[in-house]
Amino acid sequence: MKISRRGFLGAAGASTLGGAITLIGLPKTAKAASVPEIKTVETTESTTICPYCGVGCGLIVSTREGKVINIEGDPDHPINEGSLCSKGMALFQVAVNERRLQKVKYRAPGSSEWEEKSWDWTLSEIAKRVKKTRDATFLKKEDDKIVNRTNGIACMGGASLDNEECYLLSKFARSVGITYLEHQARI
Amino acid sequence: MASLAATFGRGAMTNHWIDMINTDVAMVMGSNMVENHPIASKWLMRAKERGAVIINVDPRYTRTSSFADIYCKLRSGTDIAFVNGIINYALQNGLINKDYVLNYTNASFLISEKYSFHDGLFSGYDPGKRAYDKTNWAYDLDGTGNAKRDLTLQHPRCVYQLMKKHFERYDIDTVCKITGSPRAIYEKVCRTFTSTWAPNRVATWLYAMGTTQHTHGTQNIRTYAILQLLMGNVGLAGGGINAMRGESNVQGSTDMALLFHLLPGYLASPTKAEQSLEEYKTHFTPKTNDPKSANWWSNYPKYIVSLLKAWYGDKATSENDFCFNYIPKRSADYSHISLFETMYEGKLKGLFLFGQNPVVGGPNSNKERSALEKLDWMVAVDIFETDTSVFWKRPGVNPADIQTEVFLLPACSSVEKEGSVSNSGRWAQWRYKAVEPVGESASDLWIIDALHKSIKKEYATSGVFPEPIVNLNWNYGNGEEIYPHREPDVHMVAKEINGYFLEDKVVNDKQFKKGDQVPSFAFLQNDGSTCSGNWLYCNAYPGPEKENNNMARRIKEDAINGIGLYPQWAWAWPVNRRIIYNRASCDITGKPFDPKRWVVRWNETTGKWEGDVPDGPWPPADKYPFIMKPDGHAWLFAANLNDGPLPEHYEPLESPVDNFMSSQQNNPAIKLWHKVNPEGNAIGDVKKFPIIGTTYRVSEHWQAGAMSRNIPWLAELVPDVFVELGTDLAKQKNIENGNRVVIETARGSMEAYALVTRRFEPFQLNGSVVHEVGIIWHFGYNGLARGDSANLLTSHIGDANTMIPEYKAFLCDVYKKNGGVA
Repeated sequence: MKISRRGFLGAAGASTLGGAITLIGLPKTAKAASVPEIKTVETTESTTICPYCGVGCGLIVSTREGKVINIEGDPDHPINEGSLCSKGMALFQVAVNERRLQKVKYRAPGSSEWEEKSWDWTLSEIAKRVKKTRDATFLKKEDDKIVNRTNGIACMGGASLDNEECYLLSKFARSVGITYLEHQARI
Repeated sequence: MASLAATFGRGAMTNHWIDMINTDVAMVMGSNMVENHPIASKWLMRAKERGAVIINVDPRYTRTSSFADIYCKLRSGTDIAFVNGIINYALQNGLINKDYVLNYTNASFLISEKYSFHDGLFSGYDPGKRAYDKTNWAYDLDGTGNAKRDLTLQHPRCVYQLMKKHFERYDIDTVCKITGSPRAIYEKVCRTFTSTWAPNRVATWLYAMGTTQHTHGTQNIRTYAILQLLMGNVGLAGGGINAMRGESNVQGSTDMALLFHLLPGYLASPTKAEQSLEEYKTHFTPKTNDPKSANWWSNYPKYIVSLLKAWYGDKATSENDFCFNYIPKRSADYSHISLFETMYEGKLKGLFLFGQNPVVGGPNSNKERSALEKLDWMVAVDIFETDTSVFWKRPGVNPADIQTEVFLLPACSSVEKEGSVSNSGRWAQWRYKAVEPVGESASDLWIIDALHKSIKKEYATSGVFPEPIVNLNWNYGNGEEIYPHREPDVHMVAKEINGYFLEDKVVNDKQFKKGDQVPSFAFLQNDGSTCSGNWLYCNAYPGPEKENNNMARRIKEDAINGIGLYPQWAWAWPVNRRIIYNRASCDITGKPFDPKRWVVRWNETTGKWEGDVPDGPWPPADKYPFIMKPDGHAWLFAANLNDGPLPEHYEPLESPVDNFMSSQQNNPAIKLWHKVNPEGNAIGDVKKFPIIGTTYRVSEHWQAGAMSRNIPWLAELVPDVFVELGTDLAKQKNIENGNRVVIETARGSMEAYALVTRRFEPFQLNGSVVHEVGIIWHFGYNGLARGDSANLLTSHIGDANTMIPEYKAFLCDVYKKNGGVA
């Protein structure tokens, strides 16, 4: 589905933010006093770190009634001092974007379409696949030496996960016996 | 990072972003940082405002070049020749920091008589195995087991003399014939960079994927490291070797060992040769007979036992080797290329993907896309529908022919969960949850937790070797059952990574109680009384309360040396050290080489170091500064790499010219996949594909595109894929700016818009003229902005040490599509 920038903002119910963006672009002589009001009234702020490159710039996320209404550079952050690049500036559209996945999707063998599924069904089906493949391909010994590994399953990715998630993934993958364990650092 | 570990002991950026302001000369080579790390380049600009000179070396005149004082072009794949020439310039003209080189590097160490080098080959080469017997390059040992040294640096077999001999072949004329660099500019680069040999001048070296993605990527970095050591620039403010990371947590994901050859904290993953914990400890714990070597890796046993206790808890006892044999053992290379070659052969049945999109980001896309069709099942976890997750309905295939089951799990974004990420400068920074996950999406933490619990249920009653799963120590405060939105407690995970005491214990005269957080890795134990999921992060969360989470600190105060360390802002590994190897910033009495911008200094009165957290508390004369190397010295000569102890120029696998230096056309130690598995791995003939191709990124997109090609603002900024080519080549090929063109290699072809610019100029190479083109690689067939993937062109060939693919140099042809109608 194609979304124009204007259409997207409307669809996300953030038309007031659209106005804010327009105002930022105006010269200082414009009604500057109204700009901060839009951003700060009844918002809760929290800090975050940019999910794009490895610089680690700080940002402030403003929310109102459980919705992200603005994200901007954190002026107190010693690395970026409030500034952001084109991608960091776009973090708002990562948080608020109708293209975001909101449900589990499943594609059956040979099918040409996705089906929506529940977490319950999905987790139990994945667990069955893992067990079947692991049990069929598990190698306890090779050349009479203990190896205890699962030859049939690979796991990739993690450079955009948090440290705590990467750690649990590392621990989880090893418990299954996965040695085909790789991620973006290799490529 | 293999290169930095081999040279210095740790594979990480030595300094950090803000520190760039302290430099006199910045060499940006193998990176377009102004475009790809734009906010960090602000610190480079500030250095420039303070008088620093910026040098940029790149095949293309980039946005970084436009910021540079000196731009020197080089042909893709010739970094080694380029930098070896600078090393030679320094050695021939005596432009080295002799104190530093003598005391802190292995320049004075004698090498075995078995070492030799002839016609591109080091001694010990086995052409059948395409591998070296590295014992030929070992130190010549004295009676005590330490290397013999010649402190006059005159002995013909000392590293310094071997280097002089090795590098003297790289004179300026030879170098420029290989690299195609203009002689006068190259000479200026040599002169400017080597000016930093003086103790009060410093240079930083900044690189990224332009350096690593070659069949000799590790040795590319070795040249940088050797030169920086000769200048005495490592450990100093404004110095070091700075590998600029391209993903928000690729440092952390590497630290946590999402790589086949590692366990968390850069411990080796066990191989078939380690059948017991004792064998593992023996194989991987380095030894030294030199009392002045701290040999920090002698703590290996404490770190592996603490890791096993974190993973197997009460089940891990000294009687059962702390469950060591629960950890799967490797007996081959399982890196990205091998993984996909194995998948292509139909031997892999299942694949998990966590935020990775290999049909765009992996090399040789045609082959990797076909390989996915051989899977029984795939579980893809992402915040957007990636190109990889819909490989079964990609252009040109019939879904009915593809039997792979695909589960696409919705992950939430970074503002919908809490946790830490580690930036390129090793700063672990905490992020907070701003809102609930959208729809039924969930954090990766919840998903991994739920996967483990579901699989554990399957193994409750039966299954092959269930012990590693059912005995896994896994309790993060949300119970045994799985509920939507009932998250594991991320603080409990962070505290386990840090580590805690499992019993009451006195360590270093301090009493600890069972359950106390371990204050730092110096307190970890090898008897099972402590756990720590990753010893490098021990000190990140040293107390029980959220206030003890050092990663969440936001105190913006500089340290007493005023060089921008901000030691109370977040936390850096190891033990909050902001510049690693910092003891090497001082002479052997502990006085800073450059007092104006000192990092650490020895205070005679207090008997302590001050400034940054030093690399160990010992007085300067007591221990050598490179504590992660068994001999305490940085290795100019590194006998532990697969392709030689000193860097030597070889051509990329696909190159338009013969190797000018020797009869060895390519790196002799690389695995030739096109010979092992010819299918889908064709190599191009220069007659058919005479143009050099390379790939790169733009500021407006990110990696394989899921998080930028689905973002309307970013998709609008750069909506389609383009190929950049020089005006001379465009004229020859009758291509005009904006034409639709085809780029073709032996593996595949793609279409793109032509961007005709003067930023690519032809290279004059020893009598021949060669053109180079560059393609942005972010694109794929799915998402809001779509286009052909540049990796349709690249090949399955990797570096001799790391197996990182050679994306940055290949042979191609470019021509107008259908007479050029866009």
